[in-house]
Formats: sequence, C-alpha cells, structure tokens
Amino acid sequence: MSAANPKVTYKPSDEVDFVIVGSGAAGGVMAKELSTNGFRVVVLEQGPYLTPADFTHDEVKVMAEHQLTNNPATQPTTFRKTPQDKARKQYSVMYGRCVGGSSVHFTANFWRFHEIDFVEHSKVGDIPGAALADWPITYADLEPYYTKVDWEIGVSGLAGASPFDPPRSKPYPMPPLPVKGNGVVFERAARKLGYHPYPAPMAILSQPRPGRSACVNCGFCLGFGCEVGAKSTSLSAALPVAEGTGRCEIRPNCYVHKIEMDKNGRAIGALYFDAKKNTVLQKAKAVILCANGAETPRLLLLSSSPQCPNGLANSSGLVGKYLMPNSGALAFGVFEEPLNDYKGFCVSRIFHDFYELDHEKLGFYGGGGLDARFDFTPAGFATGGLPPDTPRWGKEFKKALHHNFTRTLEIFCHATSLAVESNSFSLDPDVKDAWGLPALRMTYKDHPNDLKMMEWMRVRALEVLDAAGAKTKWSYPVQEQQFAVHLLGTCRMGEDPKKSVVNADHRTHDVRNLFLCDGSSLVTSGRGQPTMTIMALAFRASDRITTLAKRGEISG
Amino acid sequence: MNSRETARREFLLGSGGAAAAAWLSAQWPSILFAAQHAHEAAKGGGAAHLLVLTPEQARAVEAIAAQIIPSDELPGAREAGVVYFIDRALHTFAKDTLPQYQTGLAEVNKQTTEKYPGVKSFADASAEQQENLMVELAVTLSPQPSGPRNRRQAASDNFMQTIWQHTILGFLVDPEAGGNREYAGWKVIDRDPAHSFSPPFGYYDKDYPGWQAASAETEKK
Repeated sequence: MSAANPKVTYKPSDEVDFVIVGSGAAGGVMAKELSTNGFRVVVLEQGPYLTPADFTHDEVKVMAEHQLTNNPATQPTTFRKTPQDKARKQYSVMYGRCVGGSSVHFTANFWRFHEIDFVEHSKVGDIPGAALADWPITYADLEPYYTKVDWEIGVSGLAGASPFDPPRSKPYPMPPLPVKGNGVVFERAARKLGYHPYPAPMAILSQPRPGRSACVNCGFCLGFGCEVGAKSTSLSAALPVAEGTGRCEIRPNCYVHKIEMDKNGRAIGALYFDAKKNTVLQKAKAVILCANGAETPRLLLLSSSPQCPNGLANSSGLVGKYLMPNSGALAFGVFEEPLNDYKGFCVSRIFHDFYELDHEKLGFYGGGGLDARFDFTPAGFATGGLPPDTPRWGKEFKKALHHNFTRTLEIFCHATSLAVESNSFSLDPDVKDAWGLPALRMTYKDHPNDLKMMEWMRVRALEVLDAAGAKTKWSYPVQEQQFAVHLLGTCRMGEDPKKSVVNADHRTHDVRNLFLCDGSSLVTSGRGQPTMTIMALAFRASDRITTLAKRGEISG
Repeated sequence: MNSRETARREFLLGSGGAAAAAWLSAQWPSILFAAQHAHEAAKGGGAAHLLVLTPEQARAVEAIAAQIIPSDELPGAREAGVVYFIDRALHTFAKDTLPQYQTGLAEVNKQTTEKYPGVKSFADASAEQQENLMVELAVTLSPQPSGPRNRRQAASDNFMQTIWQHTILGFLVDPEAGGNREYAGWKVIDRDPAHSFSPPFGYYDKDYPGWQAASAETEKK
C-alpha cells in the first residue's frame, strides 16, 4: 500500500483544519474525503493501528482477549431496562477499537437503505411509545454517495437482481461473490415460497484492486480482520488514501475524553489520553466526532461544563437517546449433505420481500431482510451452534459436533427497531473505566411492536428451513435484547433543534464548528445493515463540510 | 515444512490476480513470520513442561477435559493437548480463573472420594466412575447462548462452565492460538485445515447453474 506522499505528523499545538475522533466506517471516509479536498486532518483513534499482517485466525486473541474490540475489563459497560432501574455491570455493547473501527470485523452485508427508510413517519404517522420521524434528507439525496461507497470502497453485487431495490445511478463495480451451499439451499427454498432471493451485495472484493486481494475464502470473516485486504473497510479502502494525501495523520492509542471549548462557545480541539495516560490537547479549527453511536454521545456528555451542564450540544436533551440496535431473529437448520459453509465469507444470498410489511394487516410496523449464513468459528460453533437438546459433554456431544459442523446453516432475519426515548446511552453514576471516566450505561427495552415483528420473522425463517429440506431445525424464543452492536440514532439528524442534535449537514445545532457523523446520526434504523449508510452519510457530510469550510462558514 | 506452513503457502499461491500477487509478495515475510512465531510459541509450551498447574492438577484437568470430549476412533481432548492449552491459558488470557481451578479441582476430588470411598482423586477413578461423576458435575453447565448478536459467552464464576469453555477452545481453536494440536479437533468437526478455499465448497453448490432472475413461471407459484 504505497502512499503517494510521505506520511505527515502534526504537533498537538498545530491548529489543524479538522480533528476527527474515531477511524471507523464514518471517520475513515471523512478523513479520506477531507484530506483529499486539501484540508489538514488528524484522526484520533482509541485503539491500536493494526495492519493485515497483524490479523490472524487466533480466536483467543480476537474473541477472548478482545484484540479488535472494546475490552469490558478496562472499559466496563452497565445495563438496565428502564430509567427506574439501577444499572448493573454487564457486557452490553461491542464496537471496533482499532484503526478502521467496527468495519474491520464486520460481516460486510452492504445493503442500501430504501426510500421508505427516510420517510417512515410521513407514511405511517405516529406510533405510540415511539418517536418515529422523517429524515431531513431523502434516498435521492444519498444515492450518489451510496454509489461512491460501491465504487470507492468496493462492493460486490448484481444490480437489478432484486425487484425491491431502490433506483441506482450505476451498477456495482464488480460481480457478486461466489454462491455458497447456504445460498443455494436458501435460494431454492425462497423461490419455492414465492420470494425473490438474489446475490447478496457484500463489501468484500470479488476481484482484486490495487493493493488489495480478492477474497480467498479463508472462513475467518465475521469478527476477524482480513489478512489480504479483501474486506472493504476503512482500514483497507479509505485510510490509505487519506494518508497518501500527505495531509492526514492517523494517531492511534488516543482516547478522547473531552471536547475543549473556548469562552465564545467554539470547539478548539479534542483532549485525549495518550498511550501513557498523559493528557494531550489536539487543536483544530473544527471537531468531527465519528466515535460511534455509543462513544459519540458519551463524549458529549463527558464534555459538560457550567455553560452546558447537561452535556455539550445537548440543548435538545436528546444526546444519547433513541438508541436503535436493530431487531433480529435467528433459526438454524442441519442438512443431509455437507454444506461446508465454514469456507468463505458469511452470506451469499438474501431476500427483501419483507422490507416493507403491511402494518395494518399484521398489527406491527417494520420490516427487514433475511440472509442465509454461517458465521461461527469452530469453537463458537461448539458453544452455540448445536441443537438446544444436544448433550453438552461426552460421546453424544462429540458425535453432534462431528455431524453438524459442516451441515449447519443459519437464517438470520435483520429488521427495524423503533426509536424509544428511554432507550439510551448515558454516563453511569458509579462505575468507572480504567482511566477513571464514567462508564457507558445502556438503558434498553424493546418496543412491544419490535418483539411482535421478531416473532413474525422467526416463524418465516423456520418456514424457509422447511422449504429448504432441513433435516433438523430450531430457533429460540424471541427475547428482549440486552446487547448492542448496531449503535444507532443516539444524536439524530433533523431540522428542528428541539427535536434533533445535528442538522442535515451533520453540524450540531448548538456548536458551529462541531460535527457528528456515525451511527448516531441515523433517524430510523433501516433494516439491520447500517454500515453502508454510515459510510454514505460520511461521504455526503464531507461534501457539505467542505463547502461550508470553503465559504468560511465554519471558522469564520 | 509442516502442515501449517503448507496451508499458508497454498493460501498465498491461491490468491490470484496481479495486484494481489504484488501485495502478497510484499506482505509475505511478515505473514510468514507471524504464523511461524505463533506456531512455534504454541509448540514450545507443549508436553515439555507445565507453567501453572501442578502435575496432579494437570491430571485432573486432562481427565475432566477427556470426559467433555472423549477419545474414540477420532481424537479427543487428550490427543488435542487441551491440558497444555489450559495450562497456558491460566498463565495468560485466563489468569484470573486460576483460583477457580484451584478450588474447583479440589472440590471435584472431594466429591469423588465422597462418592467412591478409597478413590483418591477424579483422575484415579475408573472410566465408569468418572462418567457417573460427570453426570452430577455437568448439571451446572449453561444452556446454549440463544441471542443472535452476543455469541461471546461471558466469563463464568462456575468452575465447570469455565473448564468446559476452555476445553472447547483448546480443542477447536486454530493451532495458531495454541490449541487443537495437529488439528485433532478439526478432524472431529471435518474442517479442512487449509488456509484458503475455492468454490464449490460443498455438496449443494457443486451443480449450481448460476444465478438467474425468477422466470414468469416460478413467479406464478
């Protein structure tokens, strides 16, 4: 990955144009775009700077030691269902904590949102107990930026294959990945049931690109970093371009804990702990938070001051609220012959027939998509991939492992979550992290509507397994969720400063030179695959921020 | 060249494409070094010596692990060297569970002597006695995790759950992580140790004709 220009480093006292907090799906794209547009940029990332040479198939390092993600030992999280409860220490949030963020370990399902996702409130009206709202932008506004994600980050797929797809201005830049056994049986079953399965659009290369290999089907995909750069992550596709401009410094192991403000209510930089826990201020003309839907609101709340006692940019009182983790349901099937789905990426076929369900007929609002997948590691499979009545030890346990590992697939239903005000991230009043900062507290209880939808989806998944000829099938009863990886909606976009945290340019309503762009910006949850939209929003926000900066409307 | 290196090499050769080849040749030394180092490190802690467990504790751990995944015509926890994986785990990533092992193993031995007077420890019990004891010990094992998103089981303060989790890891992790000696565990689950694969992957995608849009006829059904 040769850089066109030598890598740049800035002194913290250099007032750069932008300091970006977080290097994930949004931060990576933002760094690429703004540095390409001529700005001087520093990206602060809490985690280490790992490269493909550091990525392995080592489940101990990745899963048990949290090599790529937040570590609950040093960054505890707490959980409670309602604001009336006292939160208890519980591992409730997972996000990428390395350069590239969660894009490094994601599944790589890259579904565009559809038109409906931006205008659900107009279409459906109010839903009791939820704060459904339209976005200040539409699908048409975002379409050119989805196309940028396809082409500049790298998405494999087949345009026009799904009758439910929204309009697109260009085909995919490369063909879909090969079909897997799970894709074949899923496709046949879905067709039998009258649905419209099609090759899954995936942020994994089916053809090599400069400096990156096509997927080699190693099988350690979800949860792992890609050894050959085939996954289209911020690390493989965006940050090398940013560094290549000679104007962007990516500074790892920097844990930002406060946005520093001046007396006039302007952000002057980001305060962070370096690897030795020294406090450092990186000065900048403007600050952009891309720290994810949990850490962005946490950082705003940590930045409270006598001028804004409820947290920075929080005049609406909505910072951290409306958390939408997406709902889901899962069913398993075991087939007669080996699928060998441990080979390759996770997903090769999906269908979107349930994207917009008839809420009047079904009695709940929402929708989603189904995929067939196998996303287990070998040890993960032994822990959670066998039928629930399988003995946990001894000959029968071993026999089940032997028979089922190559013959099992999952049907995963991905769906909407409604925005509920009490579902939120906030600062825990008691628990502290290893730096002495208040821990992240998650308050969450699924809207009853979402539980109904999950149950409906779960039954559909079992029907697909029946139609596919699974010899054994099972699923678990729908439960309230207590663990989030999709961290959405917690600083929502909108035109009304009383009802949103950022405007359509991702500028906070309260602070002129403070921008937020990541999962927190989403107004609705989409159908369970948010990363592509987060990247598209970052492309669009970069355009808007560039225009504002060039007009002198940020620092002026 | 051991099987791991062969797998790595095949993986590199199989990657294809000019740009990929250029990238891989640049990355090759570091990938190879990392893999070899990990593999050597894993081997180094092997049968030669124990880091944390006493020989008596190691016997007990091995006996319990062998009940969880017994040996038959296919390898079990014993052949996979699970006890050495656990010993290293107690020195590294699972250090904080060592007290659980110390009290847990003593408890298991005590239970053995209570049930079978004259039998000194779990490891000394006959196969049948061990199996009977396991039935009692295993009642505390957690059910399968059922949620779609959180597949990572939280650390448990129940000793049997902890040793169960460590046994699974030691049996099935990539040998790069120090378990699954000679791919013993992957023989059981039928996982090819190769580092990269090409389609078709299995039975059902062998004769797949290629994706086609649904025809009007299938639409009617």
